[in-house]
Amino acid sequence: MVNQESLVAWIEALQEVYAENKEYLTQLDSAIGDADHGINLDRGFTAVRRKLSETKCEDMSAVLKTASMTLISSVGGASGPLYGTFFLRASAVCANKTELAEADIVAMVEAGLEGILHRGKARPNDKTMVDALTPAVNAMKQALAAGSGVKEILEKGVEAAEQGMTDTIPMLAKKGRASYLGERSIGHQDPGATSSYLMLKTAANLWN
Amino acid sequence: MKKLINKTENLVKESLAGVAAAHADLVKVHYDPNFVVRIDAPVRGKVAIISGGGSGHEPMHGGFVGRGMLDAACPGDVFTSPTPDQMEAATKAVDGGAGVLHIVKNYTGDILNFEMAAELCQAAGIEVAAVVIDDDVAVKDSLYTAGRRGVGTTVLAEKICGAAAERGDNLAKVVDVCRKVNANGRTMGMALTSCTVPAAGRPTFEISDTEMEIGIGIHGEPGRERMALKPAKEIVEMMANVILSDLPFKSGDQVIVMVNGMGATPLMELYLVYNELNKICQAKGITIVRQLVGNYITSLDMAGCSITLLKVDEELLTLWDAPVHTPALRWGV
Repeated sequence: MVNQESLVAWIEALQEVYAENKEYLTQLDSAIGDADHGINLDRGFTAVRRKLSETKCEDMSAVLKTASMTLISSVGGASGPLYGTFFLRASAVCANKTELAEADIVAMVEAGLEGILHRGKARPNDKTMVDALTPAVNAMKQALAAGSGVKEILEKGVEAAEQGMTDTIPMLAKKGRASYLGERSIGHQDPGATSSYLMLKTAANLWN
Repeated sequence: MKKLINKTENLVKESLAGVAAAHADLVKVHYDPNFVVRIDAPVRGKVAIISGGGSGHEPMHGGFVGRGMLDAACPGDVFTSPTPDQMEAATKAVDGGAGVLHIVKNYTGDILNFEMAAELCQAAGIEVAAVVIDDDVAVKDSLYTAGRRGVGTTVLAEKICGAAAERGDNLAKVVDVCRKVNANGRTMGMALTSCTVPAAGRPTFEISDTEMEIGIGIHGEPGRERMALKPAKEIVEMMANVILSDLPFKSGDQVIVMVNGMGATPLMELYLVYNELNKICQAKGITIVRQLVGNYITSLDMAGCSITLLKVDEELLTLWDAPVHTPALRWGV
């Protein structure tokens, strides 16, 4: 079962993961974007971690909402509103819950993805974070239907997200700054798909 | 890097403090979240107009806050979109009960952050509309990309919409005027040198003394072509041809022209560019009815210029001529 403590642990771990991958994500972004994805996420999750340590959150929903609002006000660029929306939609799924069952976790990631789709208007194959999250949600739903537990559901999701992330390499970017490059965006892995994969992988490493 | 800075991380805030001190009769500056607001905001019963974007393009947008133009401007970090909490706070500070227009330049980050801000404000019961400016003819438009960038026409839209709001137009009408300006304005830019983002400390791109970048954006993004430097006459012809054929502008059209410096080009050269452009317009039967020559939408310390043409009718021209009283644009007062 995933409870409020596990949610906070996940977000704290995300801060460490994005700090470790700051250079890597920024390097991916410098090939096809404006070379700030790792810097922005590192700054954002550092701010989230600080905010959570100062704030008394009354429930799970409040934890995710605090994360959302902090990301929105500290990240800037496109990834701030996108991940901010992901966490805002996820927080709505957690409303009035003290623990998340298998179905809740799948619903949370699915609601987050829908938020990103709504906000960024990207579709699959546009070479964005959607390309990691869409196959992940599909795989998690299948695992849920097959009666898997939290650990296995998340592992299936991570596996699909990783595949989706590497599948962005041959894609032609159709959203964001990378789209200005046209054909030159082909051959590079999308930094947003990569940070989304890392987000799920971090949850899979912690939750069971 | 040689710049007049104390600490890079304090640059935006210290510059805003200078604006507040220099123009205390026109604007107030709010910090954390950062925004510049006209001194008499909120103006009861008037549609309020807000714009914003990364810093480094001064005087846009903070220099255009004041009577007859913007009610507030939200500056982000250098070349980085401001965040929704800034726009939300600014919107609440200027809302006079008649609704608020957000003028947004077409960059993915700006669009997403302004959209979130609009949702937050609407949830708080404030009527918000947004118009996106996408006038850069250097970028190929396509249904499958982020589209054209928002550049010089933004300045003209802010002036004209500010006048519409000041004369008492309602929100729907101000939105219509803004869309009309965007539909009739076209811009193209060029660079002789790169800009240097203070946090990066070195030039954004390398360019030799004998080269220029045609179709540059306002953040040092690549243009459509790198080529050998030519006489100004040929450069202006090249830029004007792309602009004129895009709308297209035709013989008999009346236009407002802006010849804009990117930050490090002397006015002497900008007037020379204007002279070349004026000759081209005359030859094509296009009448320049009003003009701005100077630094209005800059790219830090980049050398180069952009040319904006806006086709106008009586309505737009009347709004252009209406009084404006801001730190960077002032007439009729």
